Amino acid sequence: MDKADTAWLLVSTALVLLMTPALGFFYGGLVRSKNALNTLMMSVSSLGFVGVGWALVGYSVAFGPGAGFSGGFSRVLLGGVGLEPQGTVPHVLFMAFQGTFAIITAALISGAIVERMRFGPYLAFITLWGLVVYAPVAHWVWGGGFLGRLGALDFAGGTVVHVNAGVAALVAALVLGPRKDYARQASLPHNVPFTLLGAGLLWFGWFGFNAGSALAANGPAALAFVNTMFAPAATLVVWTLLDFARTGRATAVGAATAAVVGLVAVTPAAGYVSPISAILLGGIAAFPSYFALLYRARTRLDDSLDVVAAHGLGGTVGALLTGVLAQKAWNGAADGLLFGNPRQLAVQALGVLAVMAYSGVATFGLLKLVAAFAPLRARAREEGLGLDVSQHGEEAYARGEGAILVLPEIAAAPGLGVPAAAPAGGGPG
Amino acid sequence: MLEALFRAQVRGLTLHRVEGHGGETERVETYRGTTVKMELSEKVRLEIGVSDHFVDPTVRAILDAARTGSVGDGKVFVLPVEKVYRIRTGEEDQAAVTPVA
Repeated sequence: MDKADTAWLLVSTALVLLMTPALGFFYGGLVRSKNALNTLMMSVSSLGFVGVGWALVGYSVAFGPGAGFSGGFSRVLLGGVGLEPQGTVPHVLFMAFQGTFAIITAALISGAIVERMRFGPYLAFITLWGLVVYAPVAHWVWGGGFLGRLGALDFAGGTVVHVNAGVAALVAALVLGPRKDYARQASLPHNVPFTLLGAGLLWFGWFGFNAGSALAANGPAALAFVNTMFAPAATLVVWTLLDFARTGRATAVGAATAAVVGLVAVTPAAGYVSPISAILLGGIAAFPSYFALLYRARTRLDDSLDVVAAHGLGGTVGALLTGVLAQKAWNGAADGLLFGNPRQLAVQALGVLAVMAYSGVATFGLLKLVAAFAPLRARAREEGLGLDVSQHGEEAYARGEGAILVLPEIAAAPGLGVPAAAPAGGGPG
Repeated sequence: MLEALFRAQVRGLTLHRVEGHGGETERVETYRGTTVKMELSEKVRLEIGVSDHFVDPTVRAILDAARTGSVGDGKVFVLPVEKVYRIRTGEEDQAAVTPVA
């Protein structure tokens, strides 16, 4: 067991956990204020439901000692997961670190289905998704499954996290259908500073996401760290220039999106490519996502916060460019196309396609399963009122005017237990 | 403009932040590939209650201070008021709008 590695992984786990509330703010700022809490809750609740699911069952399916498609169930209820070393860190810490990845991957999907999904079915869906979709895919690439054994390079989860969530988001957006206001009304972000703050915190946490995936405090971690700093910087520059060229004005929402796209794209490559390659990768990754975003806005697909363009496409581009730019001199593992190994690109493509296929089909199946028990969508009236009020009984920005306190009637007949409600409304304002 | 009103000895006012359309050209904003026209601009609405002989100085103070010369400057409406009460003392009409020394 190595103390430096353990210390770094402890910090990384905390950093990645921070990314989930950060994602909540990134998404939350982009929706209308009447849906702000619901959007935040979709991320925050993942911390609970997917987290517990991971500890109880998901970790076993992902990293248990099974072969091929699943890790099996020998580690259910954390059986055999104690303080003994897993690599050079305590096993429980490795499990927790990986758990933070499952949590944020599930939360990513929410971006495509904001402002219209009932909260109970959402919870059921992401809990199952973490176990049935995320965990097996994690096993395929990292847990000793078939993609890892074929030599697929995914340093921190370009495929396992971003392509996976991106395809699931696409399917979810199609199954749930568009918001009733989509393409009819202008739905503007209610708090762009939140989105920028979320992006900044995501970037901060991403250092743990990428550099922590080295599972050690060593050279590869440093490489991943540095690449995580410069690749998104390049994406940000290219995106800003694209904005200037297209409209003459660089937007803040665009900047936040660009940073995330760059971070997504460098995720599979972080420990495998040189810093200059990372800058190139970041710059290139801006193009597909930028134009996909513009194109999607003109289609009937209501992928509300462009999870497919940012994560699905960004992850795919990153995974493929990893197959091009990987350099054995930097990573000690494998070379990419540019350094004389065309096979790597083929393996990367296979990995992406396999995950796309499985995630798409399985997500569809899970949504239909949940829908068999309860409707997925909020009613049109609830959608109009706003999901904060209809799903959570709360307002994000309540000013308290017209709010009258409901007091229990102490003098009421015992045993009734019905609180006396003052007439609602009728206050000033 | 507040200073101009204070100089005219008008100190009682209520300001609302409102959105309005004043004949000015629309702004175009872009959000994630969607272009929207912003038809309503942020404006300010003042409500001032004064006694009869204060109407002219007040109106002149507002017109001079708030004028920018561009479309969308706004309007001043002078409306008759039936009764005025000061909440703190219960004074009515003329006494209610006389500033406390």
